[in-house]
Amino acid sequence: MSTLLSVTDAHVAYGKVEAVRSVSLEVGANQIVTIVGANGAGKTTLLSAVMGILPLKGRVAFAGQDLARLDIEDRVAMGLGLVPEHRELFVTMNVEDNLELGAFRIERSKAKASMERVYTLFPRLKERRKQLAGTLSGGEQQMLAMGRALMGEPKLLMLDEPSLGLAPIIVADIFRIVTELRASGVSVLLVEQNAQAALKIADQAYVMELGEFVLSGKASDIAANERVAASYLGFQHEGASVV
Amino acid sequence: MNTTIMLFLVQDGITNGAIYALLGLALVLVFAVTRVILIPQGEFVTYGALTYASLAAGQMPGTAKLALALGIGAFAFDLFVARKALHARLIARSLITNIVLPAIVLALTLYFAAQKPPVVVCIALSLVIVAMIGLYLYRIAFQPLAHTSVLVLLIASVGVHLALQGLGLLFFGAEGQRGPAVLSGAFTAGALRFTGQSITVYAITIAFIVGLWLFFGLTLYGKALRATAVNRLGARLAGIRTTLSGQIAFLLASVIGALSGILIVPITTLYYDSGFLIGLKGFVAAIIGGLVSYPLTAVAALVVGIVEAFSSFYASNYKEVIVFMLLIPVLLLRSLAAPAVEEEKD
Repeated sequence: MSTLLSVTDAHVAYGKVEAVRSVSLEVGANQIVTIVGANGAGKTTLLSAVMGILPLKGRVAFAGQDLARLDIEDRVAMGLGLVPEHRELFVTMNVEDNLELGAFRIERSKAKASMERVYTLFPRLKERRKQLAGTLSGGEQQMLAMGRALMGEPKLLMLDEPSLGLAPIIVADIFRIVTELRASGVSVLLVEQNAQAALKIADQAYVMELGEFVLSGKASDIAANERVAASYLGFQHEGASVV
Repeated sequence: MNTTIMLFLVQDGITNGAIYALLGLALVLVFAVTRVILIPQGEFVTYGALTYASLAAGQMPGTAKLALALGIGAFAFDLFVARKALHARLIARSLITNIVLPAIVLALTLYFAAQKPPVVVCIALSLVIVAMIGLYLYRIAFQPLAHTSVLVLLIASVGVHLALQGLGLLFFGAEGQRGPAVLSGAFTAGALRFTGQSITVYAITIAFIVGLWLFFGLTLYGKALRATAVNRLGARLAGIRTTLSGQIAFLLASVIGALSGILIVPITTLYYDSGFLIGLKGFVAAIIGGLVSYPLTAVAALVVGIVEAFSSFYASNYKEVIVFMLLIPVLLLRSLAAPAVEEEKD
């Protein structure tokens, strides 16, 4: 299996405070990799740094190329996509314009086909294509943010907390679509607080605590790990106090 | 006052207001996209006007040389920024847009200036020269500061304004100039007399506003500009370069400024420093529009024009004071309506 993204010994700091310390990770082609961890563990910081939004010390390579000197737009052009936690949509523009701009760097002829693919994946967006992005519901905004990122034809899509604040039925829908993306050849790096759902669909998983990876391995093994189960999956073991 | 005088004043106000509307729209656009409060907008007006007037009078305008000089500066910046990853295509592209283009325009200007070219040629050359100056200024003065605060950008903006004004004195001298009318002739309707020039002002203002509306509504680049204004990070994640949006915004602003200047200079004598006050009135309109609303800015610009016309009739000594006083109630209302906000972080 070929490695798509590899992060080696990464440090990310806000001033003197190191939010991410000595983190290494790999995402292969056609893989869903998840990073689970509590709020404030540094997951979002790590994704932002991989995308080039925050400066990162260490080595990040994508499709074999070092990203150190490349800015956000270059990384997008290489096939790296990020759906940030706050979605960063163009709220005063309609759904279709948002999607069209997602394909800003793609040939116009290809963009048309891309939009059809996104509409097949998210039929709801097609219904709302003339509606302003700011007036969509939370779930629809998440779909639009993912759709916009997919319009850029990424090889790797990084999703930051896609389920945050959404109704369970929509969360299920979004996770189903993530697995469909893998089937269509897009790798996914998924950051989630909803560890249970994320571990279920992921191939590989990393557990992040206070800026460091404390566990990594196959997602199924991580899900079976007692410590993870106790901390993130909401299961209580014998002897543990029930709050 | 009788109705005729009132109509005259309103007509005069609308003609000036149309110009302020163009300038105000450009200011809103540049601020929304780059967060720069474009003080040198007024210099684009003067440069456009005086370049046009000089060419029409058969003189060589210094602005063409300035464009080439700034282009060389912009080329140097491009090379310096890309110094660790230089490749032939990048160098060639930068060389063509920053040096070859202004060199060609300089040659054309030298050629035409000697033989009193027709009005159309003067307009085209003036627009291209000022557009290039706007583009290179963005590259040299604002692009390297793109990630700093609004205040730093404002300071840079004031600096550019002072530099351009000084250069304006050098290029055009302290004497005022007038240019030939774009459209001569006139007709009367009732008590009002419409000159070809004022009709041109209306027509071009309307055409430009419609053009901008179509550009922002229908084209991919127009939408990309709006996207950058709405959400800078979102735009970058979609692969839209902030620098590209900034270049387009400055290009549009400098063309609009130069065009306004060319439209005014047949009506009013312009000096090297006249642009500042004209730009400030566009700025008043932009502020009333909250630096975000295009329609509100256009309407406010017409109000500014009309207030100016009436105050110059009744109290001409105080006309500037009265126009700028319009700002006080607006700012007061806005400060009451909006809670105090921290300076945005980018």
